[in-house]
Amino acid sequence: MSELGVLEETHLTFRLAPEMELEVRACACEMAKSIRMSTDKVEEVGMAVVEACINAIEHSRAADGQLHLGLAVLGSAGADEPQGLRITIQDQGVGFDCSKLVPPRIEDNLKAIRKRGWGLKIIEGLMDEVNVLSGEGGTSVVMLKAL
Amino acid sequence: MNEGLKLNVERRDGLAVIYTDGYINNQGGEEIAEAAYGLLDEGFGTLLLNLAGTKIVNSIGISILIEIIEKMIEVEGRLSFCHLTPTIEKTFHIMGLAQYASIFPDEQAAVTELQAGAS
Ligand SMILES: Nc1ncnc2c1ncn2[C@@H]1O[C@H](COP(=O)(O)OP(=O)(O)O)[C@@H](O)[C@H]1O
Ligand SMILES: [Mg+2]
Repeated sequence: MSELGVLEETHLTFRLAPEMELEVRACACEMAKSIRMSTDKVEEVGMAVVEACINAIEHSRAADGQLHLGLAVLGSAGADEPQGLRITIQDQGVGFDCSKLVPPRIEDNLKAIRKRGWGLKIIEGLMDEVNVLSGEGGTSVVMLKAL
Repeated sequence: MNEGLKLNVERRDGLAVIYTDGYINNQGGEEIAEAAYGLLDEGFGTLLLNLAGTKIVNSIGISILIEIIEKMIEVEGRLSFCHLTPTIEKTFHIMGLAQYASIFPDEQAAVTELQAGAS
């Protein structure tokens, strides 16, 4: 999918606040529907977006208190037919070291005191391609869903 | 924006059904946990969560459901789910949760199996 071109692109900025994830979700789902993505896939996009947003809310400590959403409709160059959606969720917070993340396992999680750590795994499971770029400048989660 | 999760509980023969309506985030998860632990105290070891009214969950809410599952395992009870959206069901499979909690398509199927298992 990464070889496809961008047919149409939108950028929106939101204020990080409790439950703002529902607003961002609604925007991403609307775009997904507008390119005739199947209902099930639209819902999967929605869940992945919610997870990326709550991570920015919970963990980013972004001083500007903002979240940036990018929605890009992808298709092959020269053709108008959409073939997928690329969603970018970005914050300018403290970032984290992705290489230090330990993938959660339900067997361990059930016995652990902290039953968290599922967000990124869920995003990866629901989307076709996921790239997390994080560092001192903040975090950017780039997710692709084919039609 | 979100009105908060609404819950309804029905006590049946040998099991209790919790119906959710709304977003299962941290608050929603806490509300479900409170209802579940209350039912456990009343003696219901078999619980069914009917999520027909829930279209959106997040991983913080699910982590509280994992706490409930842990508790149910501890007391040799059982937590099951029915009426999951395809995305929520897929998420439970991604997490491996389906190994520890049964997922039924609808309430009828769940109740039939759970009541047979409880007796
Ligand atoms: N936007 C972000 N900014 C800073 N840290 C993040 C961000 N997203 C994820 N993280 C880090 O990655 C970890 C794993 O995230 P996730 O898989 O969603 O699990 P959880 O949020 O339950 O901890 C978080 O605990 C946090 O340390
Ligand atoms: Mg998270």
